[in-house]
Amino acid sequence: MKEHGATLLIVGATSAIAQETARLWAAKGHLMVLVGRNAEKLGHVADDLTARGGQVRDVVQADLGDFSTHHTIVARALAAFESLDLVFIAHGLYGDQQRAAADVGAAEEIIRVNFTSIVSLLTLLSPHLQRQGHGHIVVISSVAGDRGRQSNYVYGAAKAGLTVYLQGLRNRLCRDGVHVTTVKPGFVDTPMTAHMKKNVLFASPKRVAGAICRAVEKRKDEVYVPFFWFWIMRAIGAIPEGIFKRLRL
Amino acid sequence: MNTGRTYTSWGRHFCYQHTVHRLHHRSDDLSFMTTAQTPLLPFGMGRSYGDSCLNGGGILIDTSSMDHFISFDAGSGRLRCEAGLCLGDALAVTIPRGWFLPVTPGTRYTTIGGAIANDVHGKNHHRAGTFGRHVTCLELVRSDGSRRVCSAKENSELFRATIGGLGLTGLITWAEIQLAPISSFAIETETIPFESFEEFLSLSRESVETYEYTVAWVDALAPGSGLGRGVFIRGNHHPGGERRFGCEAYTPSPPLFRVPCDCPPFLLSRATMRLFNTLYYRRHGRKKRRAIESVDTFFYPLDRVGEWNRLYGRAGLIECQFVVPPAQAGLIPELLVRIRAGRSRSGLGSGSFLTILKEFGRIESPGLLSFPMEGITLTLDFPHRGEATRDELACIYEMVHRAGGRFYPAKDSMMSPSLFAASYPRWQEFAALVDPKFSSNFWRRVTLA
Repeated sequence: MKEHGATLLIVGATSAIAQETARLWAAKGHLMVLVGRNAEKLGHVADDLTARGGQVRDVVQADLGDFSTHHTIVARALAAFESLDLVFIAHGLYGDQQRAAADVGAAEEIIRVNFTSIVSLLTLLSPHLQRQGHGHIVVISSVAGDRGRQSNYVYGAAKAGLTVYLQGLRNRLCRDGVHVTTVKPGFVDTPMTAHMKKNVLFASPKRVAGAICRAVEKRKDEVYVPFFWFWIMRAIGAIPEGIFKRLRL
Repeated sequence: MNTGRTYTSWGRHFCYQHTVHRLHHRSDDLSFMTTAQTPLLPFGMGRSYGDSCLNGGGILIDTSSMDHFISFDAGSGRLRCEAGLCLGDALAVTIPRGWFLPVTPGTRYTTIGGAIANDVHGKNHHRAGTFGRHVTCLELVRSDGSRRVCSAKENSELFRATIGGLGLTGLITWAEIQLAPISSFAIETETIPFESFEEFLSLSRESVETYEYTVAWVDALAPGSGLGRGVFIRGNHHPGGERRFGCEAYTPSPPLFRVPCDCPPFLLSRATMRLFNTLYYRRHGRKKRRAIESVDTFFYPLDRVGEWNRLYGRAGLIECQFVVPPAQAGLIPELLVRIRAGRSRSGLGSGSFLTILKEFGRIESPGLLSFPMEGITLTLDFPHRGEATRDELACIYEMVHRAGGRFYPAKDSMMSPSLFAASYPRWQEFAALVDPKFSSNFWRRVTLA
């Protein structure tokens, strides 16, 4: 990505991680189109990024769970920029696991927001990136997708699906010069985790944002943020299923 | 809501349970303030040393994630932002465009809201007064749900109460500040060793006209007749013209290292603290020195060590800062002797580690409860050693009380209701403007509520 003046589409721009990451990019004077659900908050984020040196070219208010908005998002991003250097997808829904375990509607919503909506967006975007012959897709998945556990397996399953989807997409777009980075954050201190008791494993959105920017610069394929989650997930992955299924996780 | 984190102040010797409500946007739903059953208090970075930012048993409104810029005009230097924006984050944006804070405290890790609520001061008090003088307007949300824009013209009573109002008049959601133009991010400094308090006074007076920034470090542990020795530091903004100090070249310097855990209490014993002070004094030699420093090292030396309060061990530290009127300046050397002697009666066994001296100018503070007034201000800090430390401090409070001085609420943990009433004569006028649902441990302590 260019040092200055790159073109960015940021989806889920009001999420804590997206905001902090976008602030780092704004400081470099990049050009942005922002997408989010809450128009007022989106306006605040746009003003903030502008003051920090970013150039916000368009702001699109859209409910990402509603796929019919996706055409508009892609059309407006392409109208704003001749070519798109980076697509950052950061929206997500943690949901209520207990409800999702009993109610298929709730489970479907978690899967739709965290997985299928991203599939839909990337299906629409990837031909354009292929055609322009360059570009970088950065998507936030989660360590929760590495192994299913009772406390969040619907969310985890959606993220696992996302991770595999992105692997395939990376493989497919590689020859076209389009790069795909999967970001797997651990616990991040954001509104999404407001209900959880905090411990030493929680990282600030600022720290995660710094790690995401470095991963983008280095064109990483898959990255755990903060890095120590790589080792935690290795350890968790090594537990035999026969034992794992008995644990309260 | 999240109650899992412990919220404490920078001195770390107060431990209270709080319910915490975190804000993210100035437009967040604030109806919880109207329905709250326990007292409310805004909380920023928790850099106050005492209990003025704590509200045990009540609700803390954590504003540190409500940190958006609203607008910044690089032509006029007007900055409008949410109250939770950190001074350091503001500077990262404004310095490269040629603007600096008109007044800055000794740390970048203060929110704009906190800087207003404590009406903070800096090394340029004799030139610029307090932070509150540069606030053009702010939005205040009261627990009745009303949102009011306050300025010197509009809702001026609330404006004067909110500046230096310790967060008690309501929640500041955003504020507008007039920044000061600079042409480089460097400061031309001069450090001059001095041997006595009198020498400090004459240095301070000769510098008032020609130096924007003045401050002095005092060795409060110097043996014998050396007491009163220190280093006078003064500086002006570099006039610019040199590319390496050009504003565009500014990048904030991160901390050099972070203190990883609570240090054992012997780390800051009297002997080690004395050694440190002596070495510091020696380093600055016996002669005047000129240097060019970046704003980061000049204004925020302690920010270079992350979580430096851990150096004082698990028990924390007690900080106190007071100001005495010019006519009572003689109290300072007397007090330094008193503090050093404390050891003999097991009082301040360790003495004051970092001691800072500064002469405040005549500029009147804008808030009803603003701390700075004309006179000499001294800042002391002590490792917290329980009752013994408090007994000895009580003696300092008594001496300052008699001299007609006052203490800084942001660094206070011991002010009595009588001292508060005597030294903040407009406090009743202020109390009438306090939001009925807002309170703090400090406020309950000094008003006996």
